[in-house]
Amino acid sequence: MAKNISFTLKYWKQNGPKDKGHFDTREMKNIPDDTSFLEMLDILNEELIEEGQEPFVFDHDCREGICGMCSLYINGTPHGKTATGATTCQLYMRRFKDGDVITVEPWRSAAFPVIKDCMVDRSAFDKIIQAGGYTSVRTGQPQDANAILIPKQNADEAMDCATCIGCGACVAACKNGSAMLFVSSKVSQLALLPQGRPEAAKRAKAMVARMDELGFGNCTNTRACEAVCPKNETIANIARLNREYISAKLKD
Amino acid sequence: MWLTNSSIGKKVLMSVTGVALILFLTFHACMNLVALFSGDSYNEICAFLGANWYAVAATAVLAALVVLHFVYAFVLTIQNRKARGASRYAVTDKPEKVEWASQNMLVLGIIVILGLLLHLYNFWYNMMFTELAYDEVAAIDAKDGMKFIRETFACPVYSILYIVWLVALWFHLSHGFWSALQTLGLNGKTWFCRWRTIGNIYVSVVILMFIAVVVAFALCPTCIA
Amino acid sequence: MATINSRIPEGPVAEKWTNYKAHQRLVNPKNKLKLDVIVVGTGLAGASAAASLGEMGFNVYNFCIQDSPRRAHSIAAQGGINAAKNYQNDGDSVYRLFYDTVKGGDYRAREANVYRLAEVSNNIIDQCVAQGVPFAREYGGMLANRSFGGAQVSRTFYAKGQTGQQLLLGAYSALSRMVEAGKVKLYTRYEMEDVVIVEGRARGIIAKNLVTGKLERFSANAVVIATGGYGNTYFLSTNAMGCNCTAAIQCYRKGAMFANPSYVQIHPTCIPVHGDKQSKLTLMSESLRNDGRIWVPKDIEDAKKLQRGEIKGSDIPEDKRDYYLERRYPAFGNLVPRDVASRAAKERCDKGFGVNNTGLAVFLDFSESIQRLGIDEIRQRYGNLFDMYEEITDVNPGELAKTVDGVEYYNPMMIFPAIHYTMGGVWVDYELQTSIPGLFAIGECNFSDHGANRLGASALMQGLADGYFVLPYTIQNYLADQAIWPRLSVDLPEFKKAEEGVQAEIDRIMNIKGKRSVDSIHKELGHIMWEHVGMGRTKAGLEEGLKLLKNIRKEFNENLFVPGSKEGLNVELDKAIHLRDFILMGELIANDALHREESCGGHFREEHQTEEGEAKRDDQNFFYVGCWEYQGNDDTAPVLSKEPLEYEIIKVQTRNYKN
Repeated sequence: MAKNISFTLKYWKQNGPKDKGHFDTREMKNIPDDTSFLEMLDILNEELIEEGQEPFVFDHDCREGICGMCSLYINGTPHGKTATGATTCQLYMRRFKDGDVITVEPWRSAAFPVIKDCMVDRSAFDKIIQAGGYTSVRTGQPQDANAILIPKQNADEAMDCATCIGCGACVAACKNGSAMLFVSSKVSQLALLPQGRPEAAKRAKAMVARMDELGFGNCTNTRACEAVCPKNETIANIARLNREYISAKLKD
Repeated sequence: MWLTNSSIGKKVLMSVTGVALILFLTFHACMNLVALFSGDSYNEICAFLGANWYAVAATAVLAALVVLHFVYAFVLTIQNRKARGASRYAVTDKPEKVEWASQNMLVLGIIVILGLLLHLYNFWYNMMFTELAYDEVAAIDAKDGMKFIRETFACPVYSILYIVWLVALWFHLSHGFWSALQTLGLNGKTWFCRWRTIGNIYVSVVILMFIAVVVAFALCPTCIA
Repeated sequence: MATINSRIPEGPVAEKWTNYKAHQRLVNPKNKLKLDVIVVGTGLAGASAAASLGEMGFNVYNFCIQDSPRRAHSIAAQGGINAAKNYQNDGDSVYRLFYDTVKGGDYRAREANVYRLAEVSNNIIDQCVAQGVPFAREYGGMLANRSFGGAQVSRTFYAKGQTGQQLLLGAYSALSRMVEAGKVKLYTRYEMEDVVIVEGRARGIIAKNLVTGKLERFSANAVVIATGGYGNTYFLSTNAMGCNCTAAIQCYRKGAMFANPSYVQIHPTCIPVHGDKQSKLTLMSESLRNDGRIWVPKDIEDAKKLQRGEIKGSDIPEDKRDYYLERRYPAFGNLVPRDVASRAAKERCDKGFGVNNTGLAVFLDFSESIQRLGIDEIRQRYGNLFDMYEEITDVNPGELAKTVDGVEYYNPMMIFPAIHYTMGGVWVDYELQTSIPGLFAIGECNFSDHGANRLGASALMQGLADGYFVLPYTIQNYLADQAIWPRLSVDLPEFKKAEEGVQAEIDRIMNIKGKRSVDSIHKELGHIMWEHVGMGRTKAGLEEGLKLLKNIRKEFNENLFVPGSKEGLNVELDKAIHLRDFILMGELIANDALHREESCGGHFREEHQTEEGEAKRDDQNFFYVGCWEYQGNDDTAPVLSKEPLEYEIIKVQTRNYKN
């Protein structure tokens, strides 16, 4: 049976990228612990609207942990501490105790400027993919799907890399604001598959160059990214990206 | 030039110089151990290195490595701080997985550099530099490396400073070892734990070799021949 | 009544598409560079269409409401995608996929469209593999397949439980490539608010920049909407929070017909509603029904105790359980199609046998299969779903609760049906063109391929078929003679008028200044829809529902409160615009449901059932597509036109799942 908890909520308010921003604080009373974290924020917003105030703005969409839209930094951890390492939307209030202070912040990184409150602009990720996160095939009639045999192990490993949802938790957690886990997951997926090999060198170079250009930091192998990744991407991907990149550059 | 322009390139510079410095430390530690067993042999090595122009050239390369490693550490750190942005989290909660050393490499590096300056003053300036400077009187003295060791570690303050320095170096290297291999792309899911274990053992042995000399001379200088 | 021309090509069904492609008009490469196409939406259909059109040389303007094209709700599809590859050598063929889809749709889909869908299904798999989509493989390196409801063959391709994600990322990567090439211009966090009609043709849109709040005008030679379904009319659904029908409804207001709105799919295995604060329903994969048994207590007293929380599911012994699906449908048991399973659960709960505090849930129990196969095997199959369920509900379905007389009782899951997919949508002809020339609709937002019920793993197939392989051809047939038109200036009076119209609506909404939040009215709308226009519909209920919907509109118009200003980002304002259109959508669903005096697929009229409580179709009177036309304002009821269905090769039969 659900029980109710009360706690202090500190949430980040910021009117735009230039605004300094501040925390608002609110006592949340009798929140059923089977509500999700985002539903708790819905309750907050209902209260705010009832008082005639503007709601607290944050990104969210599918609420099933797959779209990658939700992006809250909760009590010092991107997405908060969920049991299975999932996204913010999969965090439930039973993870908190009566009397807790819960602090909600946006992803903080130069490459992700705040749009409003906890909503940030992650279009830099799109730009990195645009630099080369694809195979250059035209829609039409490629060869039969089974004409390319792919060992199950490679297909499975590529699938693990491909599950990245592009939420940006890796960047948010990284003290260097580095996007290497994101970039390496896409590079790895395509590097592991024969379809991606023809452009592997070009891709690694182009995506890293774009990443640098956009002002992301340098990876110093702290592993904070893989510790918070909701889809369990690992720094083995980063090693693979380094390998692809270095060998591509050495061949130039 | 990708080595100096790209993020991965700069990291490769850090890794390559780092690995080279680890190799130098290995050599240095082995050489030090000789002092525990035979003062004369140690002095012979000192003399050989001091009078040898190849060794001098190697010293210059070594210095270049240190400078490169040091300069790029700052370049990277400045870039990283910029990438992090102006705002800071009010609450942070470091995941267990994240090693303390990995997040404090610059601080550790600075401690290492300060220790290095002290060390250069204590030994290298007095030994190699005086020889190079053809100061005849001092040069004879300089060949007696054992004497410098004895004198330095007779002072407990120096001994403690050296041990602090070496511990900082251990932390720096414990992360630096596998991190270098990771950056060079020589890592993977299976090799991650292996490299870390190998690195930890290797680095611990090297640092213990250094510490052994310090401790031996600090506690019982007379026991050593 | 408008004349409805579905423009289905001549010739035998199996040759229509080939003939069409052979004879359609094409646009020469030079002219393609002169032609602009607006694509609204970046889901499977939108992203694949934008990418393909860009590759062909058209100038594409692509819009999405999220921060990135990759967030579109296609990403949440779990199961897989069908294709008639026959890699398993189990007798699959284009014809079988076509037949299964028409039958699964309860004989309310267009034969020609479905056949084309089955035909291009194979190309989709080839295309996706070439893009690097990591489909599951066998040890030999060949593609793996699984089976899905409504078919006797294994034709579903999958990538773990994230097939939608992988296919969408494939389309997104193709789209990204075209963005980099400069052929597609991407507008993220933009919402289409109106379609601009110039001289009877769709020639542009008015879009709102959601960050700045400003309205912007875009002109083009054709407009394609790929804006998804209208499931969120019900407030609680498995759709994403941002899913809305504003673009589709705005096209409808401008004269596009809306077809079969009453065909709404209700998925039987979702996590039940737990309270009035809930925002969204989570789907548990249909695959759970392979090993789980669905039941409620036999004894109403036990159900009452469960509702009060005095006992748990595991406290009820085997002989006091009613496995109602196995009882009613001995041949298919727990694996009956989605619509049948959903209605059966509702029937039990309506009789008072619901098992949670709201009385709206049934049990899905793994005790028997765990005892038969072992917990390890079951966790191997459903471990991630068990974890997800535990995270949400705090109950672990793999946990042994007690053992009585050697029989092990595990904690059962609780499930309940939820709105999942909408088969109805904007009416389109064979070329996917709506009744407004130059306006096309693709993916879930059109109505064309699923009839009255969609089979599992067919939504992904349809979205990609439309976007990669159908629209890029058919749109050329329209654009072929459009290159003579100069690019239209957005200063034309038609654009100005459209923008002013949208602005006036925004001002009106901001100035209501009532007391109620958008969500509180939306929840009320959802409640009315679920009660009166939900799983079991009656004439009286629908009439009552329509009355209540009128009140909801009144409440919206008089008592809505939107905080903040119209400048800058205002999430509440955007939600209010969506809600305005959900209300109109709700009336469309109810009107269509009221007129359709039969039960078929996702539409169940309680007056029209067999003695055993099964759906009873009326092919004599309702073998047509119901197309609704807007009558100038929201308050006037829409007018119905009919597009008769003509089946050439399939014989219409009654679906039977009992034996």
